[in-house]
Amino acid sequence: MSKSITAEDLNVYYGDFRAVADVNIEIAPRSVTAFIGPSGCGKTTFLRSLNRMHEEVPGARVKGDLYLDDDNIYAPGVDPVTVRSMVGMVFQRPNPFPTMSVRENVLAGHKLNGTRMSKSEADDIVEKALRGANLFNEVKDRMDRPGSGLSGGQQQRLCIARTVAVEPDVILMDEPCSALDPISTLAIEDLIADLKEDYTVVIVTHNMQQAARVSEKTAFFNIAGVGEPGKMVEYDQTSVIFNNPSNEQTERYVAGKFG
Amino acid sequence: MNSTRTAPERPRGLTVKNGAAGDKVFSGLTLAAGVTILVVLAFVAIFLTIESLPALSPSLFSDQDSIDSADSFWDYVWPLMAGTVMASAIAILLATPVAIGIGLYISHYAPRRIATPVGYVIDLLAAIPSVVYGAWGMTFLAPLLVPIYQWLNTYLGWIPLFAEAEGASVTSTGRTLLTASIVLAVMVLPIATSLCREIFLQTPKLHQEAAQALGATRWEMIKMTVFPFARAGIVSAVMLALGRALGETMAVTMVLSPGVFSLSLITSGRNGTIPAEIALNFPEAFGMRQAELIAAGLMLFIITLLVNMTARWIVSRHKEFSGAN
Repeated sequence: MSKSITAEDLNVYYGDFRAVADVNIEIAPRSVTAFIGPSGCGKTTFLRSLNRMHEEVPGARVKGDLYLDDDNIYAPGVDPVTVRSMVGMVFQRPNPFPTMSVRENVLAGHKLNGTRMSKSEADDIVEKALRGANLFNEVKDRMDRPGSGLSGGQQQRLCIARTVAVEPDVILMDEPCSALDPISTLAIEDLIADLKEDYTVVIVTHNMQQAARVSEKTAFFNIAGVGEPGKMVEYDQTSVIFNNPSNEQTERYVAGKFG
Repeated sequence: MNSTRTAPERPRGLTVKNGAAGDKVFSGLTLAAGVTILVVLAFVAIFLTIESLPALSPSLFSDQDSIDSADSFWDYVWPLMAGTVMASAIAILLATPVAIGIGLYISHYAPRRIATPVGYVIDLLAAIPSVVYGAWGMTFLAPLLVPIYQWLNTYLGWIPLFAEAEGASVTSTGRTLLTASIVLAVMVLPIATSLCREIFLQTPKLHQEAAQALGATRWEMIKMTVFPFARAGIVSAVMLALGRALGETMAVTMVLSPGVFSLSLITSGRNGTIPAEIALNFPEAFGMRQAELIAAGLMLFIITLLVNMTARWIVSRHKEFSGAN
């Protein structure tokens, strides 16, 4: 459980267009790493290349290597389905399966793996995952109600519970709070702090205070202009990025100066 | 900067709003359209009922003691109803899996440059007139199926559907109820396919990605998100197709050589359907015979109504988990 991530000269292409260029990064296990940068700078694309989700866009491909501990997930013969079962993902908009109850949502990953389990084992998994997502007390009386009936913040935590239930090595979060109110956001941020005890967490966010609050290391992405590939400009301790960045672009971005 | 800009004119008072007249006209138009369809439906139902009264109850509404073709109307109509339902049900059983398969292929499996032409070809099938399907079924498909029917009879003859009907042998022309069902299946395929495809395409990307991020294969993702999302739509598609199969006249009339009811699907001169019965006999019918045929039409109307109501009920049962909330 909990693996390191190492990218070596990773380039992501959509057809002929190079969206992300030459990323080299090492992310330690049991840590929270934030990706920040303006829209269209390739941070979400790079995040999605960490569990090969970007491949769902026709024509998308990757050049370079990406290691989970010592395993190259882009080596020939690696099945993206296996990669995704090891690298979970939480999306921008809460997306519990609408046709499933709260309980079924949490168990969805186990159902996919075809795990045979008794009802009490399943109950344990559901409770553990929901407790892990700080949601158990709020939903314990409506386990069999549809997951889409919860509030937005609860739905997002349900999605985190669903991801945690299969005990992945890495959890990727793509702007997990951008559709939530401040209180739900706080609940998710607290949760992220707990999650790093067991998981490698990578989070994309547009909220720089959030990056400062939750992450230990921060990577700043930027683009030179329209049609240019996104690049990782700077990667350092979060406190350094926000207080004493070495790159001028980073400094201007975190200070809120543009143009 | 020019400081003497004129402010946009604002409506005075709260009661009058620009465009209110347009609103009224449009709501009137939609109301009229809604009422028209109900009125037409009511007239059809009233016409069918009044015209079929002599057949439904000869002693009360005619000067005869019984109808022409049988001892009672029910004796006359139940074999036709059974034949109609049987032919349509088999057609739907054959067409639904194929329609879902093609729909999925177009929406989730095929690369776009193949998916679009395949979609066009399927839609093209809907443009072929039913008389052409009838001719194709009668002259091409039926003879082709004869050896298959004989094989079915030899090896699966213990199933009543593939047994020989009493006093007859397995068809030598292929013009049987099963052939009619197959032609019907091909005819309802386009509508079922395009509806399925449209519904599959509407599955939210969000949910599909959720499944994939959990490590679902494409097929698992489809089972997890696309099918549950599309269930109501698939039921509607099937029911629409069933409605078409129940009412299809020309193709069945041409393909089927009708006769008395039999469970055997592969014997010629057995079974018939209501639309074909009406089409074959109406031109020469008058008086009681005409009432019989219209009453048979009324029965078809009721069957179709029941099918649609069942479909609605099935769809509404799972509303809460449909993803619409």
